[in-house]
Amino acid sequence: MSRNLILGTLLTALFLGAALLSFLWTPYPTDTVAITERLQPPSAAHWLGTDHFGRDMLSLIMVGARTSIAVALVAVGIGLGLGVPLGLAAAARSGGWLDEAIMRMNDLIFAFPSLVIAILITAILGPGALNAIIAIGIFNIPVFARLSRGAALSLWRREFILAARTAGKSAPRISAEHILPNIANLLIVQGTIQFSLGILAEAGLSYVGLGAQPPIPSWGRMLADAQTMVALAPHVAILPGLAIVLTVLGLNLLGDGLRDRLDPRLGVVRT
Amino acid sequence: MIPSLVSKYLGEREGQRPSHLSDRTQSDSKPLLEIDALSLAIHDKPILKNLTLTIAPGEIVALTGESGSGKSMTALAAMGLLPQGAEITGALRLDGTDLCALSERRLCALRGREIGMIFQEPMTALNPVQRIGAQVAETILVHKAMPRGVANARAAEMLARVGLPPERVPPTRYPHELSGGQRQRVVIAMAIALRPKLLIADEPTTALDVTTQAQILDLLRDLVREEGMGLMMITHDLAVVSEMADRIAVMKSGEIVEQGETRRLFAEMRHPYTRQLFEASRHRADLPEPRPDGPLLRVAEVTRHYPGPRDGLFRPGQPHIAVNGVSLEVARGERVGLVGESGCGKSTLARAILGLEPVQAGEITLGGAPVYRHGKPDRAVRRRVQVVFQDPYGSFNPRHRVGRLIAEPFHLLDDPPRGPARDAAIAQALSDVGLKPEHAGQHIHAFSGGQRQRIAIARALIIRPELVIFDEAVSALDVRVRAQILDLIADLSRQYGLTYLFISHDLSVVRGITDRVLVMRGGEIVEAGETETVFDNPAHWYTKSLLAAAPSLPRPPGGGPEDDPEPDA
Repeated sequence: MSRNLILGTLLTALFLGAALLSFLWTPYPTDTVAITERLQPPSAAHWLGTDHFGRDMLSLIMVGARTSIAVALVAVGIGLGLGVPLGLAAAARSGGWLDEAIMRMNDLIFAFPSLVIAILITAILGPGALNAIIAIGIFNIPVFARLSRGAALSLWRREFILAARTAGKSAPRISAEHILPNIANLLIVQGTIQFSLGILAEAGLSYVGLGAQPPIPSWGRMLADAQTMVALAPHVAILPGLAIVLTVLGLNLLGDGLRDRLDPRLGVVRT
Repeated sequence: MIPSLVSKYLGEREGQRPSHLSDRTQSDSKPLLEIDALSLAIHDKPILKNLTLTIAPGEIVALTGESGSGKSMTALAAMGLLPQGAEITGALRLDGTDLCALSERRLCALRGREIGMIFQEPMTALNPVQRIGAQVAETILVHKAMPRGVANARAAEMLARVGLPPERVPPTRYPHELSGGQRQRVVIAMAIALRPKLLIADEPTTALDVTTQAQILDLLRDLVREEGMGLMMITHDLAVVSEMADRIAVMKSGEIVEQGETRRLFAEMRHPYTRQLFEASRHRADLPEPRPDGPLLRVAEVTRHYPGPRDGLFRPGQPHIAVNGVSLEVARGERVGLVGESGCGKSTLARAILGLEPVQAGEITLGGAPVYRHGKPDRAVRRRVQVVFQDPYGSFNPRHRVGRLIAEPFHLLDDPPRGPARDAAIAQALSDVGLKPEHAGQHIHAFSGGQRQRIAIARALIIRPELVIFDEAVSALDVRVRAQILDLIADLSRQYGLTYLFISHDLSVVRGITDRVLVMRGGEIVEAGETETVFDNPAHWYTKSLLAAAPSLPRPPGGGPEDDPEPDA
């Protein structure tokens, strides 16, 4: 196993574990304000210090991880769930009108700057975690559609697909039975990369106030709240920023590591 | 030596090493390449064992053997292109210099200049975005052998030398504008651009059609004779070897088991492996007598064309006609061959019969029922025909187990067997092709090429189709495995009375496994008839040229007239 893959797995597991743990337990509650203890530096009582309302930073980051991961995960799910079937359908009807329609739709979505449109969508639909998910998810659809179409196209020319066709199998059935398992590696790798991009996008939306709304903690809003207090208590800004950086770094390392391990185009599949 | 436009630079080069020119003209006694007790291991796995081989200037030495026997590794060793982790013992001397002792930089200077290499697949050996003249000139420029202008002139001269004169094929062409044979000529021009002393050709004609193969082999033979190069030729095809080589080395699992002068080696065949290879190369399966019984497949005036590249934005291009008004019939119980060179439309025709390619005109019927009904393949007809493809590695989904793979055609049945009946059918199909029922639980990567082709046959036969199409089904196999698969097909014919269409570019294979043969060229069937009649007395000029171009094996020692593989016997 490569060092990158180990480091990526560890970082991802750390934040995923923190998010899961926060459902059961956090060091302090995140919805009670203790003004007297505000902006404390890290100490034995508060390992990562407190914010301007006196809330425990460690607890906030744990619950914030939950928000970020949930938004990004569902957004990737939307991309996979809609994009992959569309891409497979386009590949199965390659050159036909369905292929044209799907791919031109893709081009249309790709042509817009994603974060700006996400801001537009949340501004119209109203700020909130759910709308953030929709806004980020829409832009994941063409990514997965294009990837799965490209990979499926080369598989459609292989003889085992011809053999399945001589067995009278329909295109949807061949796609599900033969194509999908053979492109799963690629999708997993792309999934981790889109996951990290989703976390960044969620942080961006929350930062401008269009993501999860108070009192639900989120890393992006913690950054926004902290920016006026950087001079007084730098840790309030540094810690959520660090959480974002480490999570995204971890997911990218994980994605790269998985690609090296799984992508058959880079060598032999090691099973 | 051919007259050179750039003799000044050639002379200069030879002036630096005055020794070798005299070597070339002087004698054959001093070897050009000397492989002396060479052993090679990669990550402690022995690949080559104690090879000893010499090549003299002007001599053609063939390395032959089955895949994995170490032929290509020997060539890579001679080029100093071994993979990471290779450990080498013994010596590899080119003109007395030990190549094993040279640094990578010295080897780079040697490759292309002293040793030229010709690869199997001319399309991948050429850079698709560079003009052919520039690619030949690049070999020269890399070695800083001469200034650019002179190099370009030399490149043009070399292209003319290999049969691509500028008035017919200008050096400004791109590889995709050339045919396969012309591309291989460009690859040869690159290899000989600096007039290397040693030429290594790794399966140089395997990817080519038989008529093109004959031309390329002629060219290589002429080059070697006229330029006094040594040629190490690697090929699995014994017939090619017997026509080309002065000496032969037969390799098996990393060892040379027998080597010697060509005629003597074929006459003596001391090593049993040589004999096995020879026997397998000229193997004819023992087909049972055909019992034709009423028409089964009828192809009537079938035409299939593809849209060509557009002539303008709104003007469709000339369509490419792959199959042009082909009519044929196959009776139940008949074994029919379909031969032709690549691009002649034989695979397109096969796919149309399988219901995989809609046709623009004509009709295909199986037992009276059309394969296409309202433009869509009819399931009920489709279950009566199955196929075995060429590539034993690409025709199986790598993620499924053998049992599931061969049961795939059950999908065509309205009431496929389930549970124990399904398992029994899979077990029966596997034992029919000489495998064991327990193999059903394994993944496909656990099997060799020959075993995979058996599995492909099991898959085709599991629903007992009335017609089987073998689309180049044995072309990718080694000769001994090929002989076994042909025997298997004959056995299955005896057992189940198969009807099949056997598509191949290999005439000798078709001859041994069919009752009737169709010759296809440019989308049309140009000749049809009883296999023996067509092979013995071809009527059409194209059939004659195919048979004349096909290399043939020498007579076996003490073989009778019926053993004679000569096409004109």
